[in-house]
This record gives sequence, C-alpha cells and structure tokens, in this order.
Amino acid sequence: MNVPARLRDLRWAGVQLSGVATVAMLVVAVAVNTALQPNFWGGYALTSNFATFVPLVAIAIGQTVVVLSGGLDLSLGAQVTLASVVAVQVVDGRLDRLPLAAAAALGVGMACGALNGLVVALLRLQPIVATFATSFVFSGLALVVLPTPGGSVPIEVTTAYRDSVLGVPVALLAIVGLALLWRVLRGHRVLRHVYAVGGDAEAAYASLVPVTRTRVWAYVLGGLFAALSALAVLANTGSGDPFVGNELTLASVAAVVLGGTALAGGRGGAGGSILGAMVLALVTNIVFFADVPTTYRQLVNGAVIILALALAGIPALQKRRPAA
Amino acid sequence: MSAPTVEAPRRVLAWRPGPVALAGAIAVALVIAGELLSPGFAGYGQLVNLMRVAAFLGVIAIGQTIVIIAGGGGVDLSVGKVATFAAIIGSRVMAGDDAGIVPAVALALLVSAGIGLVNGLCVTLLRIPPFVMTLGMIGVVQGLILAYTGGQASGRAAPALTSLVNGRVVGDLPGLLFLWLLLGLLAVWLLRRTTFGWNLFAVGANRTAAELTGVRVNRTLIVAYVLSATFAGLGGILLLGYTESVFLDLADQYMLPSVAAVVIGGTLLAGGIGGYAGTAVGAIVLTVLQGLLTTLDIGGAGRTVVNGIVLLVLLSLYGRQRRLRS
Repeated sequence: MNVPARLRDLRWAGVQLSGVATVAMLVVAVAVNTALQPNFWGGYALTSNFATFVPLVAIAIGQTVVVLSGGLDLSLGAQVTLASVVAVQVVDGRLDRLPLAAAAALGVGMACGALNGLVVALLRLQPIVATFATSFVFSGLALVVLPTPGGSVPIEVTTAYRDSVLGVPVALLAIVGLALLWRVLRGHRVLRHVYAVGGDAEAAYASLVPVTRTRVWAYVLGGLFAALSALAVLANTGSGDPFVGNELTLASVAAVVLGGTALAGGRGGAGGSILGAMVLALVTNIVFFADVPTTYRQLVNGAVIILALALAGIPALQKRRPAA
Repeated sequence: MSAPTVEAPRRVLAWRPGPVALAGAIAVALVIAGELLSPGFAGYGQLVNLMRVAAFLGVIAIGQTIVIIAGGGGVDLSVGKVATFAAIIGSRVMAGDDAGIVPAVALALLVSAGIGLVNGLCVTLLRIPPFVMTLGMIGVVQGLILAYTGGQASGRAAPALTSLVNGRVVGDLPGLLFLWLLLGLLAVWLLRRTTFGWNLFAVGANRTAAELTGVRVNRTLIVAYVLSATFAGLGGILLLGYTESVFLDLADQYMLPSVAAVVIGGTLLAGGIGGYAGTAVGAIVLTVLQGLLTTLDIGGAGRTVVNGIVLLVLLSLYGRQRRLRS
C-alpha cells in the first residue's frame, strides 16, 4: 500500500528539480526573443508564434506519456501525418464535415497507437526499432491516402485558429486545453499505472499493476495526442501534406528531455514537455531574428539545443549518479 | 517458482538457431522469394549489386554495433548525417583529382572522429542520454554542412576512389566488397581480440561491475563514439565513390536502418551481447528486402507499408525482450 506514496514522492522530486531548469530556460528564451523580435508581445506575433507551437506541444505530450511508461515512440510523426491526411480527405473543405474529420483523425491516431502498443507490449519488441518499423507502415498509408500535398481545410477553421478570444490567442487556449487534458489524465488510474510501470516494471507487476495493458494504453494515448497535433497542423497550414510529420518525431523527444522527463521512464511529466516544446520553437525564432547569416542558422540552432539538453540533464545528473 | 524460471529460457534456446544463422537464413529466403516473384532476381550480377549496396549500410553499422554493445541506452543517431558530412568534405577536398584522395579522406575522417569525440564527451561527462545527444548532434552536423557548403555541395569523387568502389577487382567482384570484408574482419578483431573489445562488452554488460574491476568506463565509451563516427565517415566516403557526386542528404537515410541492422543481427539494444557478423548479415537482409520490394510492382506507398510490416516480422523473430513473469 505504500508503493503509490513512494511513487508520488519520487515524481514530486523529479518534477520540481527539473522544472526549475526548464522554466529558467523558457524565461531566458522569452527574454532574448523579446529583445530581438520587434513586437514579440504584439497581437500578431504572439498569435502566429502560438499557432506554430501547438502541433509540437501536442506531440510532445504524447511522447511524454510513452516515455513515462518506459517506452519511446519514433512513429509519432508518421501518425501525425497519417491522421492529418485522413482528416483532410474526410473534411474536403466542408465545414459540416468537421466533427467527422476530427473524429476520424482521433480514431486513426488511437488505432496507430494501439498497433504500436500491441507490438511493443504483447510481442515485446524493443520500442526504438519496433516503432521505427511501424512508422514505415503509417507513412506508407499516408501516401496511399494522399499521394501529393493538397486537400483543403474550411477557411473558417484556419481563421478561427489564428483569431483571439478577449485578447487571448486561440492557439494559446489550445495549449491550455492540452495541458488541462494532461492534468485530467494524470489524475486517472491509467497514468498512475504508467508511472509505476515506467519506474520499475517488475515491481509494478508484483504489485498487480496490469503492465501489458498499461503499456498499450500509453501508446494509445500517445496516438491520441499525435492526432490532436495533426488537427493543429491542419488548422495552421490549411491543407494536407503527406510528409508533414517527419520532423516532429525527433523534436518531440527533444522537447520531452528539455522538459526534464527521464528517458528511462517513470519520472517527469508533460508540464515540462510543454515548456520544452516552446523553448525549442523559440530557439528557432531567436536564431532567425538574431540576424545569424542564413548558412549558419542551423548550426547555431543545433548548438543551442545541445546546450539546452545539457542544462536539462543537470538535475537528473545529481539524482542518478549512483545508478548510472 | 524457481524451476520454470530456469527451464523456460533453456528450452527456448535449445531449438532456436543463433541470431546470425537465423538472419542468414532470412537473407537466403528473401533471395529465393525474389527469384520466385521476379525471375532473374537471384542472378549473379544482381546479387553482387545488392551486396555492394549493402556494404555502405554494413560499414556505417560497424560503429553503430560498437556503440550499442557499450550499453546504457547507447545508440548513435548521428551516423547518417556524419556520413553525409564526410562525403561532402571528401568530394570538395579531392575535387575529382586522385592527388587529393589522401588529404580528403584524412580530413573527412578527422572531422568525423571529432564529432564522435564531442558525442562521447557529452554522453560521459555531461551524462546527456545518448539518444538525445546524438539526436541533437544531427542538428549541429546539418548546421556544419550548411555552413561548410553554403547550401550547395561541390566537388567530385576522385577516379581512383570510384574505381576502388565500383571497379571489378577479382572474379568480377567490385573492390568495395573486399574492402567491406576487410573492415568487417577488423571490426570482429577489434571486438573479440583486443582489450578495448573486452572492455566494451564488460561496460555494456554491467557498467558498475566493469568500473569496479578497473575498466576505464568513460574512456571506453568515448572511444566507442569516436569509432562510431569514424566508421560512419568511412561509409560516407565509400558512398561518395559509388555516387561520384554528393548531395546534401546523401547518407541521412542510413540513420535508423543502421540500428535495425544491428538488432536484426542479434545484438541486444541493452548492450553487452552481440557482434559484428550478425550486423553484417542484418545489413544484407535489409538491403535484399529493399531490392525485393523495388522489383515488386506495388508502387512507392505500398512498398513503404510492406517494408514496415516485414521489418516487424523480422524483429519479432528474435528481437524480443524477455517476459516479466520469468
């Protein structure tokens, strides 16, 4: 009976320590960005910044759930692609089909997650290679659904996405909504089991936690957030693209690590990953506005991200020393 | 309680062939399937060609094998980008001239080794998880490529390099295959017959125990990452000899296949168990699979799907983790 209590302590310690580093990074990133980008706090810049954040934030939360369970999902980007092309084919530019399209995207995401979960939890394949293999399946299917970029999202959706309610950008509300969804999930038994399984699968098994089912659920939730990310991508770009998710996969892992979640599983949370995703996006912004010559932009970007990854690892360094 | 835990794995091992033999059988089965589906697939020239394509993945996967054996979540995701960068440096320095080969290869491998050194230092001293460190390194190397080339790759492979890779040396076999054999033997020797190799397996099997027995864990890990990047760079140079000119994403797609080849070859992602012979066969399996899918007339999208499914089947043959219950 004292296992849950111990878990809560562990989680608290991890979140607090790494949370400080992530928040500090975000503050620095925002400060530098404010200094460099004219009108960073102006309505337009704020709206378009948040609009580009949402897809990465959503996929980062999904990756967090999977990583917490002790896994890794390299197919999340392909899932975003597949869900988005399915949704764009369903909606076909008509507003009345919007609920159907959203449902289709969520269904696709969760089905993909279920496949990953079965492969990893039931077949017991190693997550890195297994989800790499399923990413082929998903991106191939995406090409079947939509061979070339195209399709259109109702104009109302794209305008609403870049609108603001009482001065608050809709995209920011979307991020708040995603964070709330995470909080609701974290209160649920499934997420408690995810933390237990990721922390120590054998102890969880001995404590009658349904390990296999929990692992499957982690991937299904990952797929759910990938589908939400797909909807955000569509609302942001207004059309479908069978390659859109490719770069999101690895960025989602980076965001999770920046957020202080341990890749070994069991420690961390999506709050940090949301901030981590924003840091990643802001770094790109900063490099753009810092007048770095075009050819050096990517180099500076990469170096800053490695620096941030190193900083994010410092709290874990202190905690993990004996075990490593 | 203890009887089934001891017996279960033994019974499994009793009928299961070693991973290398199994991977080899799969490769043969794939070739036979190819011959049945499209006659001529198993022709001599075609097979030699497949082996030649497999060599690039095979050489890049040497380093990946070393890093993965080192354990602790060790993996080098930057191998594809490093190979690309090495090819870009090589082509620009040699500029299609045989006289430039030695400085070009030397510089390319030196830069690759330097990237590996940074990977190793950050993984050991800063304790950044290898997965994210080498992931971040992809961005940095991509930045280096853009800064070095200004977005436009230049230069050409020297004729001598091209003839080494593509030219027929003995028995109508391209020199590349002999080179791969040589490098493969070097890798096996390195892993099985040198102090470094023994240390590597010790570190991968149990890092704490290795440290307590006096193995310099960090030094071994750093050398592993340096070797990984160096072999990746070498793979890139060889690829340059094959394609003769470079483009900015020449070898990027080798990143995850190199990991898959290692796993299919029976090396544990957890580290401490494995070897290069399996990886080499794994590289052949993946390449034959690609070749088979290309000859089938199912379109690019269908090919990608089938590729993923077959990969899953291959992995589930023996890439499985143990049960919790045991």
